[in-house]
Amino acid sequence: MEIILSAAIGVLTASGVYLLLRPRTYQVIIGLSLLSYAVNLFIFSMGRLRVNAPPILEPGGVGDLSRYTDPVPQALVLTAIVIGFAMTALFLVVLLASRGFTGTDHVDGREQRSE
Amino acid sequence: MRGFGTQSPLCPREGNGTIEYAGKLLSVFILAPFAGSLIAIFFPSDQRGATAWFAGAIALLCFLIAAGLYPFVTSGGVLRYELAWMPELGLNFTLRMDGFAWLFTVLVTAIGVLVVLYARYYMAAEDPVPRFFALFLAFMGSMLGVVLSGNLILLAVFWELTSIVSFLLIGYWHHNAHARDGARMALTMTGMGGLCMLVGLLIMGRIVGSYDLDVVLASGDTIREHPLYLATLVLILLGALTKSAQFPFHFWLPHAMAAPTPVSAYLHSATMVKAGVFLLVRFWPVMAGTEAWFWIVGLAGLTTLLLGAYFAIFQQDLKGLLAYSTISHLGLITVLLSLGSPLAAVAAVFHIVNHATFKASLFMAAGIIDHETGTRDMRKLGGLIRYMPGTAMLAMVASAAMAGVPLLNGFISKEMFFAEAIETHQANLLDTITPYVATLAGMFAVTYSLRFIHSVFFGKTPDDLPKIPHEPPRWMRAPIEFLVLACLVVGIIPAITIGPFLHTAVVSILGTSTPQYSLSVWHGWNLPLIMSFVALLGGIGLYFLMKNYLATSTEGPPVFRLLHGQRIFERVLVTLSWKWARWLEQRLGTRRLQPQMRFLVFVAIMAGALPLLLNQFELPSLLVRGIDPAFALLWAIGIACAVGAAYQAKFHRLAALVLLGGAGLVTCITFVWLSAPDLAVTQLLVEIVTTVLILLGLRWLPKRIEDTQESELLSLRVRLRRLRDFVLALVAGGGVALIAYTVMTRPMPETIASYFLERAYTEGGGTNVVNVILVDFRGFDTLGEIAVLAIVALTVFALLLRFRPQADSLEAPEQQQVQNAFDDDHPDRAKGDSVAEYLFVPSVIMRWMFPVSGMLAAYFFLRGHDLPGGGFAAGIAMSIGFILQYMSGGTRWVEERLRIHPLRWMSIGILVAAATGIGSWLFGYPFLTSHAQYVTLPIVGKIPLASAIFFDLGVFSLVVGATVLILIALAHQSIRAPRAHARALRAAKEAK
Repeated sequence: MEIILSAAIGVLTASGVYLLLRPRTYQVIIGLSLLSYAVNLFIFSMGRLRVNAPPILEPGGVGDLSRYTDPVPQALVLTAIVIGFAMTALFLVVLLASRGFTGTDHVDGREQRSE
Repeated sequence: MRGFGTQSPLCPREGNGTIEYAGKLLSVFILAPFAGSLIAIFFPSDQRGATAWFAGAIALLCFLIAAGLYPFVTSGGVLRYELAWMPELGLNFTLRMDGFAWLFTVLVTAIGVLVVLYARYYMAAEDPVPRFFALFLAFMGSMLGVVLSGNLILLAVFWELTSIVSFLLIGYWHHNAHARDGARMALTMTGMGGLCMLVGLLIMGRIVGSYDLDVVLASGDTIREHPLYLATLVLILLGALTKSAQFPFHFWLPHAMAAPTPVSAYLHSATMVKAGVFLLVRFWPVMAGTEAWFWIVGLAGLTTLLLGAYFAIFQQDLKGLLAYSTISHLGLITVLLSLGSPLAAVAAVFHIVNHATFKASLFMAAGIIDHETGTRDMRKLGGLIRYMPGTAMLAMVASAAMAGVPLLNGFISKEMFFAEAIETHQANLLDTITPYVATLAGMFAVTYSLRFIHSVFFGKTPDDLPKIPHEPPRWMRAPIEFLVLACLVVGIIPAITIGPFLHTAVVSILGTSTPQYSLSVWHGWNLPLIMSFVALLGGIGLYFLMKNYLATSTEGPPVFRLLHGQRIFERVLVTLSWKWARWLEQRLGTRRLQPQMRFLVFVAIMAGALPLLLNQFELPSLLVRGIDPAFALLWAIGIACAVGAAYQAKFHRLAALVLLGGAGLVTCITFVWLSAPDLAVTQLLVEIVTTVLILLGLRWLPKRIEDTQESELLSLRVRLRRLRDFVLALVAGGGVALIAYTVMTRPMPETIASYFLERAYTEGGGTNVVNVILVDFRGFDTLGEIAVLAIVALTVFALLLRFRPQADSLEAPEQQQVQNAFDDDHPDRAKGDSVAEYLFVPSVIMRWMFPVSGMLAAYFFLRGHDLPGGGFAAGIAMSIGFILQYMSGGTRWVEERLRIHPLRWMSIGILVAAATGIGSWLFGYPFLTSHAQYVTLPIVGKIPLASAIFFDLGVFSLVVGATVLILIALAHQSIRAPRAHARALRAAKEAK
C-alpha cells in the first residue's frame, strides 16, 4: 500500500511541478491542482494508512483507541481541500483577467521572443 | 503599590478599595480619547462648534479626573491598573500613574483643552474639522498612553501610535506638498527611532526579566552593570532623541511646522517632542549616571541647545523661529538630564512644564498673527502693536519667559540650569565647557526672543500686508491669556503654586535621593544670576547689532543654511530606497515568472534535501507488503491521468481537465479506501465544482492549435529548458515520494490523536472526530479558514466586475454558432431554439434534482457531528444544487425564478459562526466553547445538537455563498461581456 501511495504522490508532485514551470497560465493552474492533490495525500499519509478504521467513534464509548486512524491530518486536509478550491478559483480569475488585459495567456503577460 | 499614605481628605486610609477604584479610572485616560476620536469623525463637517465642544469636553473630562487623582500619587504613591493581555509573554495592559506621570497627564490634558478652544477659532470653515478633532483626540490618547504605560511593550505601542497620529496631523492639509513632506519626514525619523527603541526596550525587558515598569525601575543596578547596557542605552536613546528632535535628528521639527498652528502648539510644545525627554526622565533612575549616558546625552543636548538657539535667530518664519527655539529648549532639558545629578533632574522636570506653558502660548500667538495678517514672514511684519495691543502684550510676556527674564517661570528653571552647569559633575572637557555654552545659548535665546517681539510688533507698519490686522475673537485669545498668567504666577510665587506638584513629580522619580532645593526668585547675588545678566545684556546687544542684517537676510543661518538637514535626509532616502533598490532589482530581479518559479522549486528541493543529507539520512528498506492489486490498478489509472493531464494541458485543455478530474476521483477513492470518509465526500463534491469552474473559464482563453510542424522545429534551447524543468520535477516528485514512503513505513509515534479521540465525544459531543475537531477543538482555525474563503470569493467577484475579455473570445462558442445556423436554415425554427433544446432531457432531470440536492445537503449537515458529512460538505452539496439549475436552464432562466443572494449567505454565515463563538462568552467560557446535547426532532429523529452545530451552520452558509458567488460571477461573464461588446460596437457605429 505504502509504496503505491508514495509513488502516486511522487508522480502527482512531478506532474504538478513540471506544469508549474510551463509558460501558459492554464498549464500552471492544472499544475497547481495536481500539486494540491499530492500535498493533500502527503499530509493525509502522515497519519499512516489504515483500512477500515475511520475516526468515527462507536456510539456510547471510545473503547480501544487503536481501532481508529489519526483524525488530525484528516481535519487538516478537509479544510485544505476547500481552500484549495478557493485558490483555484482565484488563480483562474486572475489568469482570465490577465488574458483580458494583455491579450496573451503567457504567465508574464507578454510573449517571450525566445519561446 | 509602594509608599502609599497621605493626609489628603480625598484619599481615605481605609483599605485598598478606593485605590483599586482609582486605578480603574486610569483606563478612562485611554478609552475616552480613542472612543471620542471614533465618534468625532462622524460629526458633520460643517459642525465646527459642536465637534470642538465634544473634543473639549473629553479633554476636560480627562483633566478633571487627573486632578481628582492627585491625592493618590503624592508622596511617591503609585496607581496601577492591570488587564491581562498576553500574560505568558509578560505582556499586560498595565497603566501606571506616579507623580511624574500625573504631572505629564495634567500637562497633556490641560493644554489639550486650551488647544481645542484655540482650534475652534483657528480652523477655517473649509477645513474638514471632524477629522482634525478626531486625530487630535487620538493623539491625546496615544500621548496619555505613553505617559501612563506601565509595561515596556505597551509603551512602545503607544509611542508608535503618537508617531503615526502625528504624521496624520502634520499632514492634515494634505493638498499642500510641504505638509506631506514634513509629515513623511517626521514619521520616518520618529518611526525609525521608535523601532530602535522597541528593540532597546525588548533587551531591557530581557535584562530585567520583566516588562513591567515597576520591576524595571527597581532594577537600576542590574541594568547598568549588564554587558548589554550600552546597546540598550544607545537604542533607547535613538528613540528618545529622534522624538525630541535632538541633534543630529533635529531637522524634522522645523519641517513639521507645515501643520496647522494648533497642532504645532500641542505637538511641538507640550506633547510629542516632550515624549522623548519624558522617556529620558522615566529611565533616568535606572540608566543615568554612567559615563556613556553622560557623553551621549550630554553631547547631543549641548549641541542641540547651542545650534537650536543660534539657528533660531536667523529664521524668517515665525513658526520656524519657535521650532528652533523648541529644539534648543529640549536640548537644555537633555543637558540637565545628562548630568546625572538629582538637582539637575529637578530642574529638567521643572523646565519641561515651563517650556510647555510659554511655548504653547507663543505658538498660539504666532497662529493669531498669521491668521490676522496672512503672513508669518518677519520681514513683512511690523508695528502690529498698534492693531492688536492685547495679543502683543501676551506675546511679550511669553517671549520674555522664553528668554529667561526674571519674574517669569522661564527664569527660574534657567537659573537652576545655570547653577547645575557650573557644578562639576565629571572631570572632563564636556563638563568644563558646559557653563560657557549655556551662557552663550542663553544669550542667543534673548536675541531670538527679542527679535520675535521687535520685528513683529514694533517698527514701521508695512503697507503691503495681505490683510488689515485686528485683534482675534475674544475666546481665541483666552488660552494664551491663561498660559501667560500661569507663566507669571509660577514666575513670581513658584513655591506655593507649582511647588507641591513639582515635588510630587520629583519624588516619584528620585525617591529617597530627592535633594533639597528651593524654588524662589531671589537667591542672592550669585554666579547664575550674573550669567543671566550677561546673557540678557549680551543678547540685547547682539540683536541690535544684527537687526539690519536680519531684516533682509534670507531664511536660515549663514553657512549652515547651505547644509540642509532636509537635503541630506532626502539624498539618503533616494539613495537607499531608489538607487540601491533599483540596482539590486536590476541585478537580481526578473519580471518573468518562470525563472522565479524555477528558483522557488529549487530552493524548496534544497530545503527538503539538506537536512536529510546533513543528518545522514538512511534510505528505508523497500518492503512490499500487503499490496492490494485493486489499489495498484486504481493508482495505475490515477498516475496515467496525472501524467496525461500534464502532457495535454498546453493544447488540449478540455482533455487535461477531464484527466485532472480523473486523478481527483482516484484521490477520492483513496480516501474512502484508507478510512477517511469525510475527506472522500468533500473531495468528490469539490471535484465537481472545480470542474464546473474551470469549464466556465475555458471559453475566455485563446485558441491554441497544435502545430505538428512546429514541434519538430523546436530549438535546442527550448528542448534543453524543458529537459531541465523535467529533471527538476522528477527530483521534486522523487523526493516527496521518498519522504512520504519513509514516514509511512515507520511506526506511528505518540501523537495528539488520542487526545482528540478520547475527548471528541465526552467534550465535543460528537462521534465524528474529524468534524468535532473542525467545529469545536480547532473551531478558531476553521473560523479563520472560512474567512479566507469569504475573502477569496469577494476578490473573485471584484476582479470579475472589471473583467474585459479579448475580442476573439467574444463571439458565441462554435457549437452555438452551428446550432444557430441550423435554426436559420430551417424556417420552422426560431433562432435560439436549438440552444435551448440542447440536452433537454438531462436538463429536466437536473432541474428536478434541486430538491434532492437540498435534501442531500441537509442530510450531510445534520449527521455531520456524528457521521461523515458536516458543514463544508453540506455547503458544497447545496451550491451544486444551485449550479445545476444554472447549467440546465441558463443564467437568465434561473434568475427570473430564483434570486440567490450569495453575499447574504456569506455574511450570515460568518456572523453566525462568530456569534456562536461570542455566545460562549455570555456563559463565561472562552471564545468558541461548545456545549453538547442530543435533541429529538419530529421525523428526523434524534440528532446531536451541540452548540457547535450553529457554528457548523455558519460554515455551511458561508461555503454555499462563497462557492455560488464565485461560479455565478464567472458564469455571468458569458452574458455580460458580449452584451457590453455589442453596446460598444453599436456606439462606435453611431459615432461614425
